Amino acid sequence: MTYNINNKGYYGEFGGAYIPEMLYPNVEELRQNYLKVMAEPEFQEEFHALLKDYVGRPSPLYFAKRLSAKYNTKIYLKREDLNHTGAHKINNTIGQILMAKRLGKNRIIAETGAGQHGVATATVCALMGLECIVYMGEIDIARQAPNVARMKMLGATVVPALSGSRTLKDATNEAIRDWINNPVDTHYIIGSVVGPHPYPDMVARFQAIVSEEIQWQLQEKEGTSKPDYVVACVGGGSNAAGAFYHFLDDTDVKLIAVEAAGKGVHSGESAATSILGKEGIIHGSKTLLMQTPDGQITEPYSISAGLDYPGVGPMHAHLYKSGRAEFVAITDDDAMTAGLELCKMEGIIPAIESSHALAVFEHKKFKPEDIVVVSLSGRGDKDLETYIQHFGL
Amino acid sequence: MNRINKKLQEDNKLLSIYFTAGYPKLNDTAKIIENLEKNGVDMIEIGLPFSDPLADGPTIQASSTKALKNGMTTEVLFDQLKDVRKTVSIPLIIMGYFNPMLQYGVEAFCKKCAEVGIDGLIIPDLPVDVYNEHYKSIFEKHGIINVFLITPQTSEERIRFIDSISKGFIYMVSSASVTGSSSGFGDVQTDYFKRIHQMELNNPQVIGFGISDHKSFSQATQYAKGAIIGSAFVKHLTTEGTDTIDRFINKIVKP
Repeated sequence: MTYNINNKGYYGEFGGAYIPEMLYPNVEELRQNYLKVMAEPEFQEEFHALLKDYVGRPSPLYFAKRLSAKYNTKIYLKREDLNHTGAHKINNTIGQILMAKRLGKNRIIAETGAGQHGVATATVCALMGLECIVYMGEIDIARQAPNVARMKMLGATVVPALSGSRTLKDATNEAIRDWINNPVDTHYIIGSVVGPHPYPDMVARFQAIVSEEIQWQLQEKEGTSKPDYVVACVGGGSNAAGAFYHFLDDTDVKLIAVEAAGKGVHSGESAATSILGKEGIIHGSKTLLMQTPDGQITEPYSISAGLDYPGVGPMHAHLYKSGRAEFVAITDDDAMTAGLELCKMEGIIPAIESSHALAVFEHKKFKPEDIVVVSLSGRGDKDLETYIQHFGL
Repeated sequence: MNRINKKLQEDNKLLSIYFTAGYPKLNDTAKIIENLEKNGVDMIEIGLPFSDPLADGPTIQASSTKALKNGMTTEVLFDQLKDVRKTVSIPLIIMGYFNPMLQYGVEAFCKKCAEVGIDGLIIPDLPVDVYNEHYKSIFEKHGIINVFLITPQTSEERIRFIDSISKGFIYMVSSASVTGSSSGFGDVQTDYFKRIHQMELNNPQVIGFGISDHKSFSQATQYAKGAIIGSAFVKHLTTEGTDTIDRFINKIVKP
């Protein structure tokens, strides 16, 4: 039994490439080449050199002493927040920009919700001197002005997505439409483990550096490469895919995926896709997604812009359905409280996405000897405005 | 024999029109279909609106959003179509994205199509291999023709494969674009039309995307059996409503 992808591009019954024929040549070109390119020693060398010298990897695996004492268990934080650009997103964009260059593409497109993936993409495009176009929902542009400015400073063109609900899912639609219109010279850097095969697998492999490091870092600190639990938040699911990757088939390691419950799972304002979603097709992938009984995709809600995606990557749909991972839904309020607690107890301001993962300790009891690794996927600088409003700071 | 196959045997060039069901008004569907047939249209694609139409440009996206807001659902559409065969005899095709059909149930959807007199389906995001493996027998059981797309980037080998599993016509996307993009064809497109024409495929081809007027219609049908107009017609409905469909069609057919 494997929880990884099969040779047809599916995780169990989820995944595949449900794309219009117009996209077939692009996606097929990528499918035929991505494993081959990634296996090249020169590719690996360049990828790892950039992760080390440009991103600042390895990111520390930090033993959170005071937090551990409070919850009476051993809590390690995987510090993706310390990466260049402030989150795990850059691991993937570095990998994909190198892939794009190998495939001879000179024009890069991307979608972004809160702007983190957009900034990470604009960054690597500046690094490589490639043209960069980022699609962003009109509503998100209005509420994420600093990230829009960052992207522009990095030389990217930010194009507002004016269709549908004018948020992340529509930005993704617009990026896909751009790719249909520019099938030859353009590479689409998807920001999460979503989209048609091979994207979920390719992005997971680039993010897998996270669990690879956890293994040897834990070996150094605890004399074992296996944590008892790995906890990560899930929107589309890229940081969770990275943190889980090397532990997928080792069932001694329990996996906990934390989704955003918003104002409550059944409040009508939630992004808890695994619980609220039904099997269907979104952005070219068969997975769980939030939709009407009629199959129209609905708009999720979370206080965290990085978690309000109406679907979830097919890997995670499979982890949910098979029971391999435990799925926990955390409300806005509980996430914010956990975020502030990390600030006060460890001196780390986390992204609100990551705060959802941290809230697991109020939700679930761990044993004193348990080693719990939490993916601290991003830093909270981008979320100051939300923290200020929420706590009246 | 399926109405699509019968129509394709006729000698003339075919004009096929797309519109989004439930647009401009929820209950315009039957009226628009009857009107199009009365004005000499050969085939109709009824768009089942979807919240996230990946292959469509702004015009059809906007009409889909409005149609959904108007209350269009799969169930409502089938209800609107239940008496359509009392008055309409040309081929009717539903064009829609896969998720709404998946939620309705693919078998139930095909069965219902057969009941109300739908002849074929165009589902841009249902891949050929998934259709072949999982759904072909269901479509065939209910006599529903599934129409596949090819584009200028589709390889010859893949075109031959798509031709081998097609049972009606091949939908030739005129250029690398979403619907409603640039109008009119240059050398690149006509070379592509010629190339496909010379392949002498088993299935006739009908060209769509980028056709909006008499000139582009004539260019397309010089190399193919027919042509499909979508966005331009939806635009006409937006600005002129449903009363002047005859004017739109006449301008396409006559110089």
